[in-house]
Amino acid sequence: MAIDPTQVRRFAHGSRVPGWDEAADLTKDPAVVPDPATTPVPDDLRDEIERYMVRYPDVRSASIPSLHAAQRKHGWCSPTAIEQVACVMRLTPAYLVSVASFYDMFATTPKGAHDVYVCTNISCSLLGADRIYEAMLSAAGDDATLNVRGFECLGACDIAPMASVDGEYVGPLEESDCQTVVDDLRAGRPVLPAKQLRFRPKAETLPLENEKAPE
Amino acid sequence: MQLFYDDIDEPGLNTLSVYRQKQGGYEMLRKALAMTPEAVLEELQASNVRGRGGAGFAMGRKAAFLPKGDMDKYLVCNADESEPGTFKDRELMQKNPHLLIEGMAIAAYAVGANRAFIFIRGEYMHPADILEAAVAEAKDAGLIGPNMLGSGVDLELWVHRGAGAYICGEETALLDALEGKRGNPRLKPPFPALQGLYRGPTLINNVETLMNAPIVLRMGGEAYAKIGVQGSTGTKVVSVSGCVRRPGNYEIVLGTSSREIIEGLAGGPPEGRKIKAWFPGGSSAPVLPGTDEYLDLPYDFDSLAKAGSMLGSGAIIVVDDSIPIVDVALKTAMFYRHESCGKCSPCREGTNWTVKMLERIDNGEATPMDLDIMASVCDQIMGNCLCVLGDAMAMPVASMIKHFREEFEAHIEAARERADLGAAVQTVNRDSHAGQEDMLAPTGADPTAAVV
Repeated sequence: MAIDPTQVRRFAHGSRVPGWDEAADLTKDPAVVPDPATTPVPDDLRDEIERYMVRYPDVRSASIPSLHAAQRKHGWCSPTAIEQVACVMRLTPAYLVSVASFYDMFATTPKGAHDVYVCTNISCSLLGADRIYEAMLSAAGDDATLNVRGFECLGACDIAPMASVDGEYVGPLEESDCQTVVDDLRAGRPVLPAKQLRFRPKAETLPLENEKAPE
Repeated sequence: MQLFYDDIDEPGLNTLSVYRQKQGGYEMLRKALAMTPEAVLEELQASNVRGRGGAGFAMGRKAAFLPKGDMDKYLVCNADESEPGTFKDRELMQKNPHLLIEGMAIAAYAVGANRAFIFIRGEYMHPADILEAAVAEAKDAGLIGPNMLGSGVDLELWVHRGAGAYICGEETALLDALEGKRGNPRLKPPFPALQGLYRGPTLINNVETLMNAPIVLRMGGEAYAKIGVQGSTGTKVVSVSGCVRRPGNYEIVLGTSSREIIEGLAGGPPEGRKIKAWFPGGSSAPVLPGTDEYLDLPYDFDSLAKAGSMLGSGAIIVVDDSIPIVDVALKTAMFYRHESCGKCSPCREGTNWTVKMLERIDNGEATPMDLDIMASVCDQIMGNCLCVLGDAMAMPVASMIKHFREEFEAHIEAARERADLGAAVQTVNRDSHAGQEDMLAPTGADPTAAVV
């Protein structure tokens, strides 16, 4: 038999069902809207959030742009970052955590400063995205400043297999490009300038590729 | 015939001066503002442009649903292009942002909206930067903003960046995200045209749809309606990707043969390979086999719907014969499991169990009966949720089982042998499953409805 019943994966609480990632602390009272008098907020962050708030008829609309700003400032949506946004927007931290935890681009746990999203969706995976992702992981090694993760379709299947490196789309990637990406990031250079999507002309003007199939 | 792509690589087209010089930029807005809003709406209706985002609903009709009157109305541009395989809006926005802004100004004038938002997905940082610069340029030139072009009409327009969620391409989830909430779809009706953003009447259109507005005004609605075929007017930017020799965006006249797009423009599969299957409209569309019968279909809304699939967002993904179809099904299902927002049980649970069953197939733990169970799970998702994200997984997976059942069964047997589990019970009594064959066909849901 291929399945050994004693080898079934169990989680820390003994169940086969994963359950919640983190248990709620039931002894704690819910956090209220932070008091501006006791919550220091950096001036530049406050200005940016207030600029977003006036754009919309309802200030809550500014929560996603504001969380982006706070994440840029603090590196991730830390409790401090959430509290500062909550203080300026006059919302509860719980509301903002509910928003931050919904979206893929917000990190509610600490992450590396450089985001490397490797697309592993259908069009890229047809052309070997899984191998690129593995190669990117091993090129990054245990460097904590790099946040390498697989990502759903990034909307650039014309350069598949591709990756978004700090927002810059690069592709089509070969396994050997992954080390260059990591080196470019560490050196602070533009990443793979020859493969950046922003310089790609319309498809009709490009030559047909003779061999594109993954081995 | 090309309406968008002729001079899209013109250097500096993303700046106001080149856009004005080369494409007569913002002259159509001037023309619209000199007309009555009703006349503009009539032109849009006469053109019969159908939505380019997925559902294919006629743009002019949707705009006409908005109530008249001077209440607060909103225009939202859906630039959350997340449908796997789709990348047309990205190139259009990055290379010709002013065409979108002009189209939005025209559409907003036609429906009487004076606040507009472009909801762009957070991953599109470079296109969003370009759009923001273009909006600022248009505002400085007095083209949008208070008193557009001296007409006394106001339009406030902002670019709003999302933060990475496929579900936000669904129009009501997009509205929730724009209101600063988690992107959960809403119960419809009421439709956004009556109660949308901030509970006001809202027109939501895809990027490419809105970009058609200035072109319709320039050509005249009736002349525009002569391009393409009956029921599918105009041109369409098609994103071709996957196993082809030249993936990319190609602008075609609707009704062009699918073979011409896949094998002509995109170069077909690599040498020595054959097309096994293709998604005609993004990964949510039921797949079609790569046989002559399907490849010769005209690429338009009605022909593809009649063949049991849909045009969707206009994204063709080609799968060649070196790829096991089970892998394609698994990748597709895993995507929807990850992106399901969790609000409706059939979608949240159904996508999860479909992935588990497909993994069982790969691990050699499945029997051919699992295919029937999978088809019945798909059937129970379709039409039973607030939005069509679940259907968007069920349709391709069910169609793969329908067209490639033999390959699935062979895969199951091979995997069982690898895992040393012995042969599965081979003789499934099909008669006792009478009626279940029908489950395999994606008939439960409206194939023209899709998440962008």
